[in-house]
Amino acid sequence: LTKGKLTLLCDAKTDGSFLVHHFLSFYLKANCKVCFVALIQSFSHYNIVGQKLGVSLTTARERGQLVFLEGLKSSVDVFFRSQEEPHPLQFLREANTGNLQPLFEFVREALKPGDNAEAAWRCPVLLVDDLSVLLSLGVGAVAVLDFIHYCRATVCCELKGNIVTLVHDSGDAEDEENDVLLNGLSHQSHLILRAEGLATGFCRDVHGQLRILWRRPSQLTAQRDRSLTYQYKIQDKSVSFFAKGMSPAVL
Amino acid sequence: MPRPFHLEGAEQLSVTPSESVRRGAERELEMLESLLALGGLVLLRDSVEWEGRSLLKALIKKSAACGEQVHILGCEVSEEEFREGFDSHVNSRLVYHDLFRDPLNWSKTGEALPEGPLGALRAMCRRTNPGPVTIALDSLSWLLLHLPCTTLCQTLHALSHQDSCPGNSTPVEPVHVLGLLHEELHGPGPVGALSSLAQAEVTLSGAMGQASAHILYRRPRQRPTHQTQWFSILPDFSLDLRRGPPLELQRHPDPHTPPVDPTTQLTFNLHLSKEEKEAKDSLTLPFQFSSEKQQALLRPGPSQATSRIFYEPDAYDDLDQEDPDDDLDV
Repeated sequence: LTKGKLTLLCDAKTDGSFLVHHFLSFYLKANCKVCFVALIQSFSHYNIVGQKLGVSLTTARERGQLVFLEGLKSSVDVFFRSQEEPHPLQFLREANTGNLQPLFEFVREALKPGDNAEAAWRCPVLLVDDLSVLLSLGVGAVAVLDFIHYCRATVCCELKGNIVTLVHDSGDAEDEENDVLLNGLSHQSHLILRAEGLATGFCRDVHGQLRILWRRPSQLTAQRDRSLTYQYKIQDKSVSFFAKGMSPAVL
Repeated sequence: MPRPFHLEGAEQLSVTPSESVRRGAERELEMLESLLALGGLVLLRDSVEWEGRSLLKALIKKSAACGEQVHILGCEVSEEEFREGFDSHVNSRLVYHDLFRDPLNWSKTGEALPEGPLGALRAMCRRTNPGPVTIALDSLSWLLLHLPCTTLCQTLHALSHQDSCPGNSTPVEPVHVLGLLHEELHGPGPVGALSSLAQAEVTLSGAMGQASAHILYRRPRQRPTHQTQWFSILPDFSLDLRRGPPLELQRHPDPHTPPVDPTTQLTFNLHLSKEEKEAKDSLTLPFQFSSEKQQALLRPGPSQATSRIFYEPDAYDDLDQEDPDDDLDV
């Protein structure tokens, strides 16, 4: 279990959310304290997929191992609260693009080491699904980069925890803000997992290709270890990986 | 005034026996020294795939080894991470101005630099000691995203031209400013503006796992010159120069993926038995022009006489012996 790392998940022409489910179940099983900022799907969605992967989010939340910010539900709360009470999704209420400091305060509060000695979790983990939607909600790319910057300073450097976040790659669609966000995050990341659709189109047996890029190695390893490519097929309870062109369906 | 640089490396050159090592050491002196000799702004342009922070650290190590004090405005990495890999001699000459932990003063504890990023940058313009100084900006991209481009360019200009301050009788050593810029984050306008301020511009790229630097020198009153240098950076941040990209593609079997034999799980047979191989080798192809065929064609043999054409006309065929093209007036 490496510590203090920022892992960037990105997907292009395909759905990379299977990586989010994987990391969520991985860190919960590894007994880490997880703060999950879930802006895309409801709690029950992640819970159902998590159960297939062997974790129960409900149990984790009750035990205090999982702090879950359900964006879909709590975004409505923003409008029914009085303005003095800070809410993590406060930016939804502001007319001009504010910053994500309330969201950062929420994350910091969730992951700070607790006073009670009985809950001895392993390293804290922040999981965000996903950051591209923040751009659609009116937050500027620089504000999102600043949010991740502060999370990195607190979660990775101070608390020696990990961050995993998903960003969509718009690809051909000219989305400058998203490109700034994706490139800015790529420069900050230690590991980039990029799920791409196949260049030739949709296939039943090979769902896509996963490119792994290691950046900022602490010891400068040989260059050839830096990037790997696998193709994958998503099954009901797992994902099977194989080298390019070696799918059992093709051979 | 040109800065005197120490040629300790050159004294060692006569000791090393092999020619290529000597030339490599000379070129190493040339590349880092020539980048640092000019004074002014050296712009390091990197990308996601070819990162530039290691080259920045190599330049910082070189400056520190030459006796300069190095001030780093650190916005992107923590101080421990930046100092990692430097020995104690280099680390003692580094002053890290921490803009990483709380650049925008969100914690409101008063630990952050009081005037924010612009104040910190301007503070570096006011020099207290006259000795040679190197200023490293990690990174210019962060500053460019948080400050207006014009303000940043004006401050950078003031930073790199500190030797021309009026009322100073003693000539001041030129300042070296090293700036790391992530190319993909900015449009051509800001990048062009920063590039016009730079005395030397290093663009990092590479091929086949080998990094390369394309260097553009803008020496005053001279034509701009280009140079491309292939290199790799060793763990202690010294430079290892290469002649070019690796010629053969060295595909060592990756320890993570065992070699897979694709013929083991096929539904059809790819192998030939001994008899099948012999039959295959002895087969003559129909359109292969061998000597037997050549002889057969040259000699009108008895087989020629047996080839005849049998024509059975249909009922409605018109067997007209005349030439149908006779009436053409051509």
